[in-house]
Amino acid sequence: MAMRERSRSKGIGITVFIILLLTPIYWLLNMSFKTNREILSGLTLWPQNFTFDNYVVIFTDSSWYSGYINSMTYVLMNMAITLTVALPAAYAFSRYRFLGDKHLFFWLLSNRMAPPAVFLLPFFQLYSSIGLFDTHIAVALAHCLFNVPLAVWILEGFMSGVPREYDEMAYIDGYSFPRFFVKIFMPMIRSGIGVTAFFIFMFSWVELLLARTLTSVDAQPIAAIMTRTIGASGIDWGVLSAAGVLTILPGVLVVWFVRNHVARGFALGRV
Amino acid sequence: MRKIPDNRAWWLVLPVLLLVAFSALVPLMTVVNYSVQDIFGPGNAYYVGTEWFRDVLRDERLQASLLRQFGFSAAVLAIEIPLGIGIALMMPKGGIRASLCLILLAIPLLIPWNVVGTIWQIFARGDIGLFGWGLNELGLSYNYTGDPVDAWLTVLLMDVWHWTPLVALLCYSGLRAIPEAFYQAAEIDRASRWAVFRYIQLPRLKNVLVIAVLLRFMDSFMIYTEPFVLTGGGPGSSTTFLSQTLTTMAVGQFDLGRAAAFSLVYFLIVLLVSWLFFTAITHMDKER
Repeated sequence: MAMRERSRSKGIGITVFIILLLTPIYWLLNMSFKTNREILSGLTLWPQNFTFDNYVVIFTDSSWYSGYINSMTYVLMNMAITLTVALPAAYAFSRYRFLGDKHLFFWLLSNRMAPPAVFLLPFFQLYSSIGLFDTHIAVALAHCLFNVPLAVWILEGFMSGVPREYDEMAYIDGYSFPRFFVKIFMPMIRSGIGVTAFFIFMFSWVELLLARTLTSVDAQPIAAIMTRTIGASGIDWGVLSAAGVLTILPGVLVVWFVRNHVARGFALGRV
Repeated sequence: MRKIPDNRAWWLVLPVLLLVAFSALVPLMTVVNYSVQDIFGPGNAYYVGTEWFRDVLRDERLQASLLRQFGFSAAVLAIEIPLGIGIALMMPKGGIRASLCLILLAIPLLIPWNVVGTIWQIFARGDIGLFGWGLNELGLSYNYTGDPVDAWLTVLLMDVWHWTPLVALLCYSGLRAIPEAFYQAAEIDRASRWAVFRYIQLPRLKNVLVIAVLLRFMDSFMIYTEPFVLTGGGPGSSTTFLSQTLTTMAVGQFDLGRAAAFSLVYFLIVLLVSWLFFTAITHMDKER
């Protein structure tokens, strides 16, 4: 009896929290379907003159939608680079003891702790001097600064959960290291890889400071384009809201794909 | 796990090493180089030793922003960690309801940081935002663009809204890893709800809490985009945190030497405090 009462009050608690969490997002959604006149003329809880105009502006103006394409491009590039280098490194950290391993691991993590603002100016000069300024690859490489250490950290946790007997058995069966790694090991930690990919996506997608500094026109992320809605006639709240809503969608899509692994894997493999 | 000593493992780490060396070591050395020079233009720089460092440590504007930063990070940890644990304890244990909760909780984490700022910029406005309008209707005078206290609280509330789900999700996965047998044993012993939390759940949450505390400290200490969009650091300098002070100095005023010295001090503080947290928490474990 007491049990049931407790679980009901828990259910109410979590529901209230989620409603509070979603209210600001609802407000953004609400604004994105309103005309600017309605937004500025008074507070309404839902759109009185429901309109898609704000979205039409974004989908028909290439200076808007190219921002989404740019952001997607460097996020995917960063994902590919990070996973390629982090997988073997995490394997080395989880299986072997080697000269300077602990120092190296801490040094990697220390890069996750470096404030991006510290690297702003040197990055700008570095990428300008090698001719990569305003390219997608520059942003993808810059985001490796915080994503690679995080990926190694998460993957190492997952790999440590796999007993090394599997490795030894595969070697006895005559597997070479690369073949074992790709054919046997990677499928075994696929939920770990999924969660890692989710984190890489998340941190690269939401970052603005570096992405904005390293681009000007050709590779400008959507987040930087959004700051331009402040025009002569004030802020275009409707279009700004619609653009905001569209930046949330890719994230929701990604979390939907990894939803079954999220619960198990959110603790960076270290439960 | 038993690890095999084998220095050939270096070959597996080499790609990471090269990549991080390129994207972190080269820029960091540039910063070190700037911090000991006074630069007037290309090829026109003078070695000044530790002058910039002494300058930065004495700068009152920086001290004020450092103090604000520590206050903010402390408030963030004090609110988000207990709240996150509480939310995790309330979440359903499995099934479609749990998946739904996870996805909804994860949404704020996936919003670009400037959009988080934009959402709250709109939401907290007195004329067009539900939150600001609601507070004003309740008879409270609230104006985050004019009142420093309101601005500070709004930034804090925004951060709690943005990041508490991360703590909750981490704790939730920690809780799911506790075998059901532990709870059954507690029930046989007629353990109270508090005893179950204190002696079964909390110890098992330690690993994920280390991650949560470290991530939340580091990221709140580097916060830039959200307050920049929401308040622009104002009113006055009430919500100007360290990253913004640094960015203004480096990009706005192009004060390279001082900005570089400041960068290094900033980085060292983050490293030091993270190390202290890490050591303190792992030490507690050994004593038990």
